[in-house]
Amino acid sequence: MKAEEISWVKSPEFGVMDQIFLPAIFTGMVTTLTHMGNTLFNSKDVVTQQFPEQRPTLPANYRGVHRLNRDDEGRVKCVACYMCSTACPAHCIDIVAAPSPWPDREKYPEVFVIDELRCIYCGMCEQACPVDAIELTTLYDLTGHSREEMIFNKEKLLSVFDKTVAMGTDPVRTTHGRLGVASEPASRGVTGSSSMQT
Amino acid sequence: MSLEFSLLITVILISAVLGCLNGGVAYLILVERKISAWVQDRVGPNRAFYGILQPICDGVKLLLKEEMIPKYVDKLFFIIAPAIALITAFMALAVVPFGPTSPSPILVDYRQNSPAYKLAVWPSTQVEYDAVMIADRNHASENKSVSFEDQVKNYNSHIQFVLAPHVDIGILMVFAIGSLGVYGVILGGWSSNNKYSLLGSLRSSAQLISYEIPLGLSVLGVVLVTGSLNLERIIQHQVDHGWNVLFQPLAMVLFGTSIFAECNRLPFDLPESEQELVGGYHTEYSSMKFALFLFGEYTHMITTSFLMMAVFFGGWHLPFITDPNDFSIFGIALKFAIAAGKTIGFIIFYMLIRWTILRFRFDQLMHLAWKIMLPISLASFTILVFVIHFKPIGQESIWLMCPISLAILLGSGFIGLRISKPSAASTKTMVPYLGHGAGYSVQQNSKIRFESLGR
Repeated sequence: MKAEEISWVKSPEFGVMDQIFLPAIFTGMVTTLTHMGNTLFNSKDVVTQQFPEQRPTLPANYRGVHRLNRDDEGRVKCVACYMCSTACPAHCIDIVAAPSPWPDREKYPEVFVIDELRCIYCGMCEQACPVDAIELTTLYDLTGHSREEMIFNKEKLLSVFDKTVAMGTDPVRTTHGRLGVASEPASRGVTGSSSMQT
Repeated sequence: MSLEFSLLITVILISAVLGCLNGGVAYLILVERKISAWVQDRVGPNRAFYGILQPICDGVKLLLKEEMIPKYVDKLFFIIAPAIALITAFMALAVVPFGPTSPSPILVDYRQNSPAYKLAVWPSTQVEYDAVMIADRNHASENKSVSFEDQVKNYNSHIQFVLAPHVDIGILMVFAIGSLGVYGVILGGWSSNNKYSLLGSLRSSAQLISYEIPLGLSVLGVVLVTGSLNLERIIQHQVDHGWNVLFQPLAMVLFGTSIFAECNRLPFDLPESEQELVGGYHTEYSSMKFALFLFGEYTHMITTSFLMMAVFFGGWHLPFITDPNDFSIFGIALKFAIAAGKTIGFIIFYMLIRWTILRFRFDQLMHLAWKIMLPISLASFTILVFVIHFKPIGQESIWLMCPISLAILLGSGFIGLRISKPSAASTKTMVPYLGHGAGYSVQQNSKIRFESLGR
C-alpha cells in the first residue's frame, strides 16, 4: 500500500460540553424520546411483525422443512440412490430401498425417514439429489409434542409436498431454477430413456 | 405527652404499601418492557389483554416454574441470598415518605435564659420533664405561640404517610439498610459456585462501595442545609425554603448518578451485564428465587425514586398548589398524587436513560466514581459548608450554590479536558490500516516469537 493511499482519520476533538457529559446525555435523551414518540404516535415506524397473524414472506431459497417431490403421476420421485443420506452431515436421513414397482426405474424408497430434530437444515441433500426429489421448503414453524412426532416418514414428507404445492410456495430448484437432467418427466427427458434400459 | 404510635394505622399502612409495591413492581416490569419497545421502534408485550395482564402471567409462570438448585452450590447461602436482597430492599422503604407528612414537633428547653437550645435528648427523669414542659408552656403563652403539647396533639391527629414516622436517623437508615442489599448479590454470586456469577457479584460489590461515597456526600449537603437526617423534616424545610434542587443542582445530578449505580441500572449494570456475564450473579437462579432478585431490584429503584423526590424535589410539595396545613381528604389525595407523579416521573426517566447511555467499561466506572464524582462532590460540599457558615450575601446565601454548582461542573469539564488531551507523542505512533494482518510486525526485541508460523 502506498503512502498517498492512506487516509488518516483523527478521532473527534473533545470539547468541554462533551467532557461534562450532561449535554451529551441530553442530546441522547432527545433521540430516545424521538424514537419513543414516533413509535407511539406514528405507527408506520413500528418494525414489529405480529407473528401468528402476520406471517413473513420468506425467499424461495429459505431452508425449512423437507419435502419429497412427486412426479407427474403422483408417485414419489425418489429413486433411493442414497446420495442424500451420504451427503447429510448430520446423518438424519434413513432410506430403505426396494425394487421399484414401476417399469421406469430400478429402485424406489420403501422407507424414507428424516429426523427433523437431528437435521441442521444445510440443504446438502437438496444439492446431492440427482432427480430433485428432496427439497427444503419455506415452512419454518415446525413444532411437535414428542420426539417421535418429529421423525418424518415418507408419507409425511409427501404430504409436505402436497401442502406446499397447494400453498403455492414451491421452493427454488437446486440448479438455477431448472430441474436436474435426471428429473425431467419420462415423456420429455433422459429419464425416459434410462427407464427403457430396465 | 408523647408522640403516639398507632399499631393499627401502621399495620394498615404496611400492608397497603407492601401490596402496592408488589403490584407496582410487577407493573414496572411491564412499563419497562413497553418503554424499551417504544424506544426501539417495537410494539412491546401486547398479548394478554393488550399486555395489561402480562405481569400476572409472568408471576404465575415464575411461581409454577421448576425450582432448580444446582448440585454444586452452597445451598444455605444460595437460598438465603434472594431473601436478603428482598428484605433489605423492603426495609429501606420503612422511613421513606410516600405521601403527605409533617415533621414531628421539637421540644425546646426554655429553662435556660438565652439562647434557647433544642433538646438533643428527651428529658431523662419525670421531674426534669415536668420542668421543661412548664417552661415551654410559659414561653408559649408569653409569645402567643403554640405550646409543645398542642403541637404534639396536632401532630398526632394526622396520619403520617411513612411506615416509621419521626425516625430521626431517617436517610442514614435508608443508606445503611440499602447498602446491606449488596450481601444478597455477593452471597448469591458466591454460593452459585460459578465464575460468571462470582464475577458479577465481585463487580457489584466494588461498584456499590465506590458509589456509596458520592451518594453520601451529595446528600450530606442537603442534610447540612436542613439540619436533620429526618426525611419529613427535609421535606418541610423544602416547603418553607424552596426545593433543594434549586440550590444544589450538582448534588442532585451526583445523587441521581449514584443511585443509578446503586440500583444496578443500565449505564452501570455491570453486575448483571447479559452480554458479558450470561446473567451475572443470578445466572444460576430460576423460578421464584430469580423473581425475588428482580423484585428486590425494582423495589430498590422505587425506594431511590421516592428518596430523590423527597430529598431534592420537595416530596409532596408543589408551589401554589399544595397547602401544608390542608389535611382534608382532598388535600391528602392531591399531595399523594403529586408525590406519586414525581416518583413515577423519575422511574420513567430511569428507564429512558437505560436506552440512552451505553454501559460503562469497568475501569470507566471506577474512574467516574473515584476520579470525577468524588472530587466534584467533595468540592461542592466544602464550598457549601463555607457558604452556610459565612453567609457572604446574607440570609439567602444558599442561592449562591446554584451558580457555584454550575461553575464546579464547568471547571471539572475544563480540568478533564486538560488531563485527557492526547499528547503529540501518542498520535505519532498511530498505525495505518494496511489490510488484515499487514500492520502486524514482530519487533526485534519482542519476547514473543511466532514460531508456529515457520512450519
